[in-house]
Amino acid sequence: MQALTTRSKVAVDKKMTLKERLYLPAIIGGMAITLKHFFMKKVTIQYPEQTREFAPVYRGQHVLKRDDNGAERCTACGLCAVACPAEAITMTAAERKKGEENLYREEKYASVYEINMLRCIFCGLCEEACPKEAIFLTDRKVDSEYQRGIFVYGKDKLVEKMDERVDVSKRQTKEVIEFKKHPEYAHNQLNKSLK
Amino acid sequence: MMQDSIQKFTFLALGFFAVLSGLMVVFTKNPVHSVLYLVLTFFAITGEYILLNAQFIAIVNVIVYAGAIMVLFLFVIMLLNLNKETEPHKNPYLKFAAVITSGLLLLVIVGSLKAADKAIATPYPNTGDIMQSLAKVLFTQFLVPFEVSAVLFLAAMVGAVMLGKKEIK
Amino acid sequence: MMSFLLYKALLVIIIFVISLVMAMYSTYGERKVAAFMQDRLGPNRAGPIGILQPLADGVKMFMKEEIIPNVSNKFLFVLGPSVAMFTSCITGAVIPWGTSLHIGNTYYPLQVTDINIGILYIMAVTSIGVYGIMIGGWASNNKYSLMGALRASSQMISYEIAMGLAIIALVMHTGTLSLGKIAAMQTSWHWNVIYQPLGFLIFLICAFAETNRTPFDLPESDSELIGGYHTEYSSMKLGFYLFAEYINMFISSAVISTIYFGGYHMPFVGHIASGNFLAILGVIFLFAKIIFFIFFFMWVRWTLPRFRYDQLMNLGWKVLIPLSIFNIGLTGFLMWATGRIH
Repeated sequence: MQALTTRSKVAVDKKMTLKERLYLPAIIGGMAITLKHFFMKKVTIQYPEQTREFAPVYRGQHVLKRDDNGAERCTACGLCAVACPAEAITMTAAERKKGEENLYREEKYASVYEINMLRCIFCGLCEEACPKEAIFLTDRKVDSEYQRGIFVYGKDKLVEKMDERVDVSKRQTKEVIEFKKHPEYAHNQLNKSLK
Repeated sequence: MMQDSIQKFTFLALGFFAVLSGLMVVFTKNPVHSVLYLVLTFFAITGEYILLNAQFIAIVNVIVYAGAIMVLFLFVIMLLNLNKETEPHKNPYLKFAAVITSGLLLLVIVGSLKAADKAIATPYPNTGDIMQSLAKVLFTQFLVPFEVSAVLFLAAMVGAVMLGKKEIK
Repeated sequence: MMSFLLYKALLVIIIFVISLVMAMYSTYGERKVAAFMQDRLGPNRAGPIGILQPLADGVKMFMKEEIIPNVSNKFLFVLGPSVAMFTSCITGAVIPWGTSLHIGNTYYPLQVTDINIGILYIMAVTSIGVYGIMIGGWASNNKYSLMGALRASSQMISYEIAMGLAIIALVMHTGTLSLGKIAAMQTSWHWNVIYQPLGFLIFLICAFAETNRTPFDLPESDSELIGGYHTEYSSMKLGFYLFAEYINMFISSAVISTIYFGGYHMPFVGHIASGNFLAILGVIFLFAKIIFFIFFFMWVRWTLPRFRYDQLMNLGWKVLIPLSIFNIGLTGFLMWATGRIH
């Protein structure tokens, strides 16, 4: 079997030499290593003041995007809920009434859209499944709470506000857009049957 | 004068304390408590030694008796976990023999105390290095008994090692 | 007479407070050293760079719920930590913290009492210290505590022998048991460590074993005995045990500095300073040495793993004791060869 690391040593039951039996050279060597680390640069990040840099494709709290006119993009097709491996997404669909065109882009919309953040594993399959570019994972973190119920996020927390829009351009790279044009790459069976 | 009487009072108080805790060693039921009372007795005796200006003996008493031997006693008693159920049954003949032997021991002690100098123990004169004078006496006047006791200890150590070793077949 | 007593009482209080403060900041230092050696920062939130952390820990210790197990022996359960704390505090009395201050017409020695058997006194107090652990471990009525107590007692007795033999070689060299005289004779660079390197090594190893510090922390060994003798302790009684360990570490560092590393002496400062200034410098040098040894204790703790129990006993009985007897013989031979004894 191939060794997993180059630093592994095979244990041999051989007689120790005098130098090894004295132990002191080995102890001094070990203490030199710890002393070296004593003066090394520390890796600690002082959290509330400093934050670790996010990866450009970091997957955090979701957002339901609006289009440039401020209408919700989601059409409550349910593909995200089907794609979700943790079964964290539920929604109720409703029909758009007359006069609500500036609120909802499509004729059908989600009157209720809930994501259970305790179930969610932030895999990003929902945004991959979404045909309307409506749901995205962002670089925001889910806040900690004292009660479990609060973690079921409704539309009030998920839909983006027009005065503070969420930038998702990092997750809309050319490759992603190209990928989305090919439903045969999709992971779940439903998409394949739709093709 | 005042200092002298304080010293005398402390000496007597320590003696009383030593006797009291010595009695408690015998009268307490729990063997661990007995050992702890014995340690207290040793401390009281150490105090007496210090008052008699024999610091070396005092400290050696603490190191050897209180610090090592009694710790071993405690060690063994804790390991054996002695309590009422495991207490061995006492033979009435055994009790009789115990009374006789302790009576004889008492007789010996009383006899030797009667023969001893009646004067109350006086502190060793505080002149020069106590350690040095003690060493001089040990290595000149009492050289032979000192060396003999050393050989005795050596023999005891060798015997203990022999007993501890597993028998080679 | 009265002023003499007053001065001694003042000195005792100062040394007591210094011991406690040193122990407090050793806990902080330990956490910092551990963190630095593991590339972390350590406690740094309570006050600037975490300097108030010991106070926060102390408050936490006092506020915690005090639990005395129902089936334990209550009196001995409380006595255990008290004995541990008491024995570690009384050792500071014989250590010469400096020469003496000359104020007015009187000399004020910076040592509580220079008894002529100072080293033996320290040995005696150390050997009493094991009672704190044994009583606490037994009174807890818990098999892990008892195991810890038994380990502690057998370990301390075993290493006391090698320690005593190392000291005998030292005493052969110095010719006195008084710590004050031993410190005073190591002027300039004539430190005892130069004349007794092997003895120093043995004494150092034994000091680690006597203070129950890693790699000899078998009485506690969290991973096998879930805390050993203090498993059942909580609140400030646990704090006392932990605190006693740090005071012991401070005192043994002080003893090592005094008997092997020249105490308050430092090479070449005799030429640039004198009188009271030199005495104060001496105290500062002694504390620098003590702090170095405390750091050394921590450095070793965060480098070496714990011994296995049979290895511990082998090292004590089969290596250190023969080695220290050899050291006594070597010292005697060298003294004869250099003509110091006939």
